[in-house]
Amino acid sequence: MTAPATLLEARKLAKFYPVEGGARGARLHAVDEVDLVVGAGESVGLVGESGCGKSTTVRLLARLVDPSSGTIALSGRDITEVSQVRFVRSPDRARIQVVFQDPTESLNPSFRVFRAIADPLKRLQGLRNATDIEARVRRAAELVGLPLELLQRYPHQLSGGQRARVGIARAIAVEPSLLILDEPTSALDVSVQAVVLKLLAELRERLGMSYLFVSHDLNVVRLLCSRVAVMYLGKIVEIGPTEALFTNPRHPYTAALVGSIPDPARRGDPRPRLDGNPTSPIDPDPRTCRFYSRCAKSADICNRVMPLLRTVGRDHAAACHLA
Amino acid sequence: MTAQLVVDSLSLNFRTRHGTVQALDDVSLTLGKGEIVGVVGESGSGKSVTAYAVMGLLDDTADITNGHINMGGAEILNATPDALNALRGREMAMIFQSPRTALNPIRRVGHQIEDVLREHANIPARELRREAIAALARVRIPDPERRAKAYPFELSGGMCQRVMIAMALACSPAVLIADEPTTGLGVTTQAVIMDLIRDMSRSGDMSTLLITHDLGLAGEYCDRIAVMHAGHVVEAGPTEAILTRSAHPYTRQLLAATPTPETRMDDLIAIPGSLPDLRRPLPVCRFSARCERRQPICDEPPLAWAQCGPDHVVRCRFPL
Repeated sequence: MTAPATLLEARKLAKFYPVEGGARGARLHAVDEVDLVVGAGESVGLVGESGCGKSTTVRLLARLVDPSSGTIALSGRDITEVSQVRFVRSPDRARIQVVFQDPTESLNPSFRVFRAIADPLKRLQGLRNATDIEARVRRAAELVGLPLELLQRYPHQLSGGQRARVGIARAIAVEPSLLILDEPTSALDVSVQAVVLKLLAELRERLGMSYLFVSHDLNVVRLLCSRVAVMYLGKIVEIGPTEALFTNPRHPYTAALVGSIPDPARRGDPRPRLDGNPTSPIDPDPRTCRFYSRCAKSADICNRVMPLLRTVGRDHAAACHLA
Repeated sequence: MTAQLVVDSLSLNFRTRHGTVQALDDVSLTLGKGEIVGVVGESGSGKSVTAYAVMGLLDDTADITNGHINMGGAEILNATPDALNALRGREMAMIFQSPRTALNPIRRVGHQIEDVLREHANIPARELRREAIAALARVRIPDPERRAKAYPFELSGGMCQRVMIAMALACSPAVLIADEPTTGLGVTTQAVIMDLIRDMSRSGDMSTLLITHDLGLAGEYCDRIAVMHAGHVVEAGPTEAILTRSAHPYTRQLLAATPTPETRMDDLIAIPGSLPDLRRPLPVCRFSARCERRQPICDEPPLAWAQCGPDHVVRCRFPL
C-alpha cells in the first residue's frame, strides 16, 4: 500500500493565549508544537479529553483563528501566510469545511434549510445564478439523504438527526477537500448516531474527501478512522494506525484512555484508573513531560527531559521515554 | 433482597399547550439494597421523568393517573412537601443532568454543599465546612479547599459535574438517582466517578438508579437493566441477559446501533423510524411502527409481560 498524497500538513503548530489576571506575560499553552499530516482521502481521528486542545486544533486547522507560530500547508501550499481575516476571501477557504458539534446551536435559527446550505455557495464560491444555486443545494441535500421538502423548513422544525444532516450538507455543498468533524454525533441519540456515521462513511467513499474526526468517543473513532492522534495538554502524545493504537497503546495516557472505555466484557474487573488532574496548561515546565504528575510509570528522566514523539512501530509514534 | 425503591405501574401524563403527553405508561422498576440498576433508552423515552417522579420533583402540569412509588417504606406520590424534604438528602438524592443549571450560580459551591448538609445531615455547624471539603475531595476534586470557594461559573463543566455528585453523595443517601451523571466528563474521569459510585453501592447501603443512554456504561456497572421506549419499560433483566440474550426487538436494535470496540461499520445498524408522538393516540405496543416482527395481533390489548429467563421479562408478543 502506498501512502496517499499529503493533503494537509501542520508543522510545529502552536496557539498560546495570554492569561488575564495571571502573572505578567503568562500564557496558556492551548496547542503546543503539533505536527499532523492528513493524506488525501484519509480519515484521521483526533482524541483526548476536554481541555486537551482538540477544539483549538480544529480552529487552527480550519483557519478560524491564527496560530501563534507554526505553519499549515494545504496541498503543499502554505495557507498561514495570509491572516485569518484575509483567508476568508481566499479560494482555499472552501477547501476546508467544518461540521460543528451541536447541530442545533451551529445553525442560524432564522435561516431556512435552503438558505443555510446556499449561503456558503454564494459566499465562498461566488455563485449568483439562482438555478445553479438551487441545483447545488438539492444535490447536497440528496447526498446527505435530506428530503427535499425539508429545504423550506426552519431548524426548529427539524429533528436532531435532520439538523445533523443539514450541518453536513452545508459543509459538503462547496465540495471541500478536507472535512473537519468536531464531535459530530455527541449530541445525538445512538440510533441517530448510527445513521450519521454510516452516512459519513458513505460520503467519504463517494466524494473522496479527507476527514479529520474529532471525538471523545473512542469506539466511534475506531469505526471511522484509519489513523488516530491522541492529545494531552496541547501536545500529540501518540499517533498511529487505529488498530495498533487501540490494541497496543504505547503511551501510558493512551493506555489509560483506552482502558477507560466502558466495556461490559470487563465487568467488575478493576482496572488502574487515571487519578488526579492534568497539570496547569499555563506556562508548563518545558523540561517536564506533561503527563508526569499523573503517570504511574514515570521515571527520573521524565522530570528532566520533555519526551518528543519517536517511532515505536510502523507508522506509529509516541512521546514517552519509556514507550 | 429487600427493595429500597419500588416503582409500581406508574402512569403519568403532562398537560401542555399542545395537548396531553402520555409520558409514562405502566412503568415498574425495583431497586434492591446495594444494587445498581440501569435505565436506558433514547431521549424522550421517559427515563428522566421517572427519576423526577421518584424524587417527588414533578410540577403541577404532571397528572399521575396510576401507580405507586415506595421509597424505603415511604409512599412518594401522596407525600407532603415536608415529608418529601425529610426524605431528600438522607433517603434519596439525585445527580442532575446539567450541572450548570442545577447549581446555584450566585453561591459558592462549598456553601451549596454545606446547605445540603445543614438541611439533611446531623452535623454540628462548626464541622460543616470540613465535611463539605471532604465531600469535594471524595469526588477527586484537586485542591478542594480552594475550589470550595469558587462559584460555578469559575469551574469547568466537568468540575461542576463533580460538585453536583459530591453534593448528592454528601449525606450518604440510601438511594442515589443518577441522571446521566457523567455526561460531559471525559472517559477517564467518567471511569473514576463510576468506580466511586460502584464502590459506595458495594461497600455500603447505597442503591443506585443509573439513568443513561450509554449501553456500554450500563453494561459495565449495572446489576440489572431496564430498557425504556416511548414511556414503556419494554424489557428488564440481569445485565448479562439483556446484553447477550435480549428478547425485545428494540433492545436488539439499540445494541446493534451502539459501537463497541469490535464493531465494524457494516455491523452498525441504524434503528428505522423514530419515537411516536406521545400526544397522539398511541398503539398498544408503542414500538410497533418501528418493528420488523410486527403482526396484526400486536395492535390488540393487552400488552402483557412475558418471562424469558430468571428475573428477565419482556413486553412483546413475539420476543426474540
